Amino acid sequence: MTSPPTASPGRFPAGSAAFPHRHLLGIAGLQPWEIEFILSEAEQWVALNRSGATKRDDRLRGLTIINAFFENSTRTLLSFEIAGKRLGADVVNMHVAQSSTKKGETLIDTAMTLNAMRADAIVIRHGSSGAVDLISQKVDCPVLNAGDGTHEHPTQALLDALTIRRRKGRIDGLVVTICGDILHSRVARSNMISLTTLGAQVRVVAPPALMPEGIASFGVEAFNNFDAALPGSDVVMMLRLQNERMQGDFIPSPREFFHLYGLDSRRLALAKPDALVMHPGPMNRGVEIASHIADDLERSAITEQVEMGVAVRMACLDILTRRARGVEGWS
Amino acid sequence: MSGTNILGGQVILPGKATPETAHLHVSGERIEQVGKADPLGERIDADGLIVAPGIIDLGVFATDKPAFRFGGITRAALMPDQSPVHDDPATIRFAGRKGKPDFWVHPLAAATKDLDGQHMAEIALMKDAGALGVATGRRWIADSGVMLRLMRYCAMLDLPLFVHSEDAGLAGNAVATTGLNATLLGLPSASPTVETLAIQRDLALAAESGAHLHFRQVTTSAGLDLIRAAKYKGLGISCGITPAHLFLSDTALTGFRTFARLSPPLRSEEDRLACIAAVADGTIDVIASGHDPRGPEDKRLPFADAAPGMAGAETLLALTLNLVRDGHISMGRLFELLATNPAKILKVNAGAIEIGREADLIFIDPDAPWQVDSDKMAALAGNTPFDKLPVQGRVRKIMKGGKII
Repeated sequence: MTSPPTASPGRFPAGSAAFPHRHLLGIAGLQPWEIEFILSEAEQWVALNRSGATKRDDRLRGLTIINAFFENSTRTLLSFEIAGKRLGADVVNMHVAQSSTKKGETLIDTAMTLNAMRADAIVIRHGSSGAVDLISQKVDCPVLNAGDGTHEHPTQALLDALTIRRRKGRIDGLVVTICGDILHSRVARSNMISLTTLGAQVRVVAPPALMPEGIASFGVEAFNNFDAALPGSDVVMMLRLQNERMQGDFIPSPREFFHLYGLDSRRLALAKPDALVMHPGPMNRGVEIASHIADDLERSAITEQVEMGVAVRMACLDILTRRARGVEGWS
Repeated sequence: MSGTNILGGQVILPGKATPETAHLHVSGERIEQVGKADPLGERIDADGLIVAPGIIDLGVFATDKPAFRFGGITRAALMPDQSPVHDDPATIRFAGRKGKPDFWVHPLAAATKDLDGQHMAEIALMKDAGALGVATGRRWIADSGVMLRLMRYCAMLDLPLFVHSEDAGLAGNAVATTGLNATLLGLPSASPTVETLAIQRDLALAAESGAHLHFRQVTTSAGLDLIRAAKYKGLGISCGITPAHLFLSDTALTGFRTFARLSPPLRSEEDRLACIAAVADGTIDVIASGHDPRGPEDKRLPFADAAPGMAGAETLLALTLNLVRDGHISMGRLFELLATNPAKILKVNAGAIEIGREADLIFIDPDAPWQVDSDKMAALAGNTPFDKLPVQGRVRKIMKGGKII
C-alpha cells in the first residue's frame, strides 16, 4: 500500500474558493481541484476514524442534519449518520414511504417541511433522477445528493476516488474498467465523470441492453466484451445489477450474466497483476463477482470503500456547513 | 346596414405566398366578397395588419378560451383524453357546445372505450353527436388487429383517425430520447425508432384499410421519410407537429426542466432540422399547439414523474411566424399549416379567406414584440418550455362567424 498524499498549503484556492458550491448535487460541474480538495479534506477524517476510541470532532455541534431517504438504503444512510454524529451534529433519519414519493406535492411539501425545521444540511436519496436538484431549489440549507435515480451518486464517486488514490497513490494515468449495469447505475455516471476529470482512462463494459447511448461523450471507451477490456486495467470496478430499475428482461439470466460479465479468477488474471477490485455494494455474489475475489483483502478494496465513505461524507458535511458556521474565509 | 367591410388589410388569400392588400365584405356569418367592399356596410380599418383565417388548432387537451383568444385560435379539435374520457355521445355533444358562440370546439371521439386500446368505442353514435374525427389519445394502440378494425370502421364512416406514434413496448418508461443528454441526466430514454416503428405499422394498415390517418406529431427524420414516401405513393394521410419539436432539441432538458417534458420527447438537433425541412417541403401538413396546460401539481416533480405536455395556444402564432422570418416558408404556407389544412382534415367550412367560407378571421400585427412569460400567461397554466423567450407577432382582433369578439 502506498502512503496517502496529504493536503499541502497552497495546493487549493484559499477559503471558499476551494469549493464555492452551496450544494453537492453531482460530480458534473466540479473542477478537478474541487474534487481533489474534498479528497484531501477526507484524509484527516480517515486518520480520525482510525485513531482509536475517541473518533469524534465536535465542529458541527448544535447543527441538525436530516437524512431524508425516499428510497431504501442501509449502507449509505448508516454512513451519513455516522459521519454526521462523528462531527458532533444532531442527525435525524427520515424514511419516506415509497408510495408517497410518487405524489407530486408531497415531495415539494416534504422539502418545505424540512426547510421549516431549520435543518443545517439535508442529505437526500430519491428514486427519480433530478429529484434532489428539485428539492435543493426549495430549501435554504446545503443539500447533499445521496443518489438520485439513475443520475448521480457523488459521494460514492468521491469515496471510490479516495480509495483508488490511497491504494494506488494517484488517479491520473490509471486504467479503470467499470463493468456491469452501466445503464441503470448512478455510481457509474458519477465515477465516469469523476475519474476522467482526474485524468484516469476509463473503460466501461456492459451488454448492449445495459449500455447507455452517448457514452463515448463521457470520454470513456465502451466494450461489450469484458475480456477485451481487462488487459492493462489498474482497477476493476464491478457494479450491481439493478433489477429493480429494469422493466422486462435486459439479460437472459444471472447465470448467463456471470458467464459473460462476472469477475472470476480467470478474468482477473487478464488485468494487471496488482489490479484493484472494487464494488459499490451491495454485491450479488456469483452474479457480478466470485466470492473468493470479493473476500480477498489483497485484491479487493470493497470494505475499504465503505470505510472511505464515512470519511468522505464527513468532509462533505464539514465543507458545506462552513459558510453557515462562519468559518474564516467561508463567509 | 349591410354587413361589415374590412378595409385595407394585408389579406392571406388561398394559393398566394404573400398577403395582398384587399378589402373584404362579410355578411352574416360568411365572407360575402373578397376584393370588394359594400358602401353601406360597417367599416373595420385593417390598415397595417395582416388579415388571416382564424387558426384551427388540431389536437388540444383543454378548452382554454383565454389562451385561444390570445393566440388567435377560433376553432380547436379537442382530444378525447378528458375526465371523463370522451368515449360516448353525451360527452361529445357537451364538449361541442362548450365554447360557442365565440369559439368552436370540435371534439374528437375516443377510438376505444376509456382509451384502453382494446375495445372499440361507439364511433358512429359519437359522429352523430358532432365528432369530426377519432383519436387514439395520448397513447398508441399496441394491438394491430384492433388498429386495423378501427381504421376500417373510420374509413367506412369517413372520419379521420388521429394517431399517436410511439411504440409502447420499445418506449417502455422512457421520458427522453436516447443520447448524451438523457445519459448525462440519467433519464430513462428510448431511441427515435419508437416513432418509426409505430408509423411504419400504421402506414401498412392504412394502405390496407383506406383510412385517413392523421399522424398528430411526427418528430424524427426517419419518421418524416416514411410519411414522405407514403404520400408519394398516394396514401391518404396527413401529419402534424408542434412548435416545440421545431424549435427545441433535447438539450432543453438540461437542469431537469419539466416544462420540456413532452410526449413524444424532444429529439436531437438533427431531427429538429429535419422537421423544419419537412415543414418547408410540404411533408408536414399541420402545425398545432398541442395545448396541454398543466399545473404545478403535474410539473413541479422530478422529471420522470412529471406529466408530459405544454401550454402552447398563446405562443403558436408568434413562434411559427419565425419560420416565415427565417425564410423557411411563406406567410401563405404558414396559414395553410395553421388553418387551411386543419379545416380540410376536419371538413369544416373555414380555414381560408374565400367567398362563402365562415368569417373566422384574425387581425395580426406581425412585428409587435412581446415576451413569453410563464407567470403571466392567459392559459390555465403557464407550462411553456419557451419561458422568457422574446417573440414577435400579436393578434389584435378576432372575428368569429362574422362578429368581432
